[in-house]
Amino acid sequence: MSPHPSLVHARGLTKRYPNGFTAVDGVDFDVRPGKAFGFLGPNGAGKTSTMRMIACSSPVTEGELSVIGMDPRTQAREIKARLGVVPQIDNLDTELTVRENLEMYARYFDIPGDVARRRTDELLEFVQLDERARDQVEPLSGGMKRRLTIARALINEPDLVILDEPTTGLDPQARHLLWERLYQLKRRGATLIITTHYMDEAEQLCDHLVVMDKAHIVAEGSPRQLIDEHSTREVLELRFPDGVRENLDGRLDGLADRIEELPDRLLLYTADGEHTLDQVKQRDIPIESALVRRSSLEDVFLRLTGRSLVE
Amino acid sequence: MTTLSRPIGAPGGGALAIAWSRVWRARRLVERNIMVYRHQWLIIFSGVFEPIFYLAGIGLGLGGIVQTVPLADGRLVAYAAFVAPALLATAAMNGAVFETIFNVFFKLNFAKTYDGVLATPMGITEIAIGEMLWALMRSALYAVAMFFIMWAFGLILSPWGVLMIPAALLVAAAFSAAGLAGTSYLRSVNDFDVPMGLIVMPMFLFSGTFFPISIYPWFIQAFMQATPLYHSISLIRGLSTGIVGPAQAWDLVYLVAFFAFFMWLAMRQMERKLIK
Repeated sequence: MSPHPSLVHARGLTKRYPNGFTAVDGVDFDVRPGKAFGFLGPNGAGKTSTMRMIACSSPVTEGELSVIGMDPRTQAREIKARLGVVPQIDNLDTELTVRENLEMYARYFDIPGDVARRRTDELLEFVQLDERARDQVEPLSGGMKRRLTIARALINEPDLVILDEPTTGLDPQARHLLWERLYQLKRRGATLIITTHYMDEAEQLCDHLVVMDKAHIVAEGSPRQLIDEHSTREVLELRFPDGVRENLDGRLDGLADRIEELPDRLLLYTADGEHTLDQVKQRDIPIESALVRRSSLEDVFLRLTGRSLVE
Repeated sequence: MTTLSRPIGAPGGGALAIAWSRVWRARRLVERNIMVYRHQWLIIFSGVFEPIFYLAGIGLGLGGIVQTVPLADGRLVAYAAFVAPALLATAAMNGAVFETIFNVFFKLNFAKTYDGVLATPMGITEIAIGEMLWALMRSALYAVAMFFIMWAFGLILSPWGVLMIPAALLVAAAFSAAGLAGTSYLRSVNDFDVPMGLIVMPMFLFSGTFFPISIYPWFIQAFMQATPLYHSISLIRGLSTGIVGPAQAWDLVYLVAFFAFFMWLAMRQMERKLIK
């Protein structure tokens, strides 16, 4: 096998489950060292299946996959020794305390006891759980469990950290604390792979993104590139009083590059939202409310798939 | 990159070296279980008393009426000396079965403990062997405790009796492998009634534990001789009373084969359940 400059190299990667369902259908991507790589897409797009194949916890059905220069089919244990995995659903050891969770995990990696204890101290401090070290896992809040899972994933000083929907189900405060910790991790030079269906999370954390939908990759690039390529600079969101929207009769024609119809509002894609709003007002179209904002990854996703990320 | 591609714990490669590295790595799961039980030793210790209660209750009670029982070689022995080795075998079975059914079911289906373990260099082989070894240690505690009680009360009739301990380990290995394999088929807590009520309990009553099986009709005897507990008791009672012959050699072969088959099945089932 020839060594690859990328930490994860996938060509035609496919996952088919025994029931015949194709979760991932021939995807190509490369994860470069030192970057945060994101998989953005709605639930069921194939993100988790892709992550599980990289983490060697799900066999590759077809295609080429190398992780840290090794083949998951034959070198799963060697790959796993150098990965940190934060799964979508916490699987902390509920029969052990917070501290024991980290020390025991270190033992699975054959890390000697004194090193394990030192790293446990450092990591508990890093995820701000040092005061809960002796507590049981079950009473911890969702955010704390997630942070402990992240600390656990770092115990072997991994070359690559895989995070599957790290903030799903957390309250905004817990999310921001987690993002801040992940950002610190990135600054230390760690390579991260993150799946998410939150565009703000993808924008905040990821240097490079692939957008997944229905088992395929539909776009790839930095968050900025994706927005520039697939959307306009600004978006004008319009809501109308009852009965107006049904009788527009093309009165919005020519005002925007593209108009997206959502159940409760229209999105007008345009370079200058305020200018477009003025034009709408000049045409005497009654408006209930108007909002001008910059384009986001949500708009990119809507453009590419015709659907919203979070439904 | 050459240093990266080296299989863990197997500098020279080779199937045997890799197999051994997995068995050796399995001790981590034993470490984990010790860490858990550091806080709750009493749960494990409670199992020490069960065979002692049986011995006191049934051994002394029935022994008061029955007094002597004929062995396979025609010798008559005290009822307590007849029943005690069977209780030692049963204790080894119970320790293994409880550990691999109840505790493994919890870790497999509710706590998802193994999913976390599998994200480390530990694999299915390590988990299955680790749980088997831990169950073995629990059973060994019961067997050793029972051994000393038998010794103290003069119920070990032959020097062969020393071999009851390794024999009990084989019994525990066989039943923990069967427990691991069986647990993977259970879907809910209600399903526990099947192995416990329909397999373990009848086996306890109908494997020559309390009576020589020769008093039953031939077709019940044939059924009894097919059960693993019958062979466990036959082997351990043979060692304790000094009957060591072809029957005991057959017991040994049966238990080793039973262990190998169910260990293979356990690993295949756990792989199916945990790797998707």
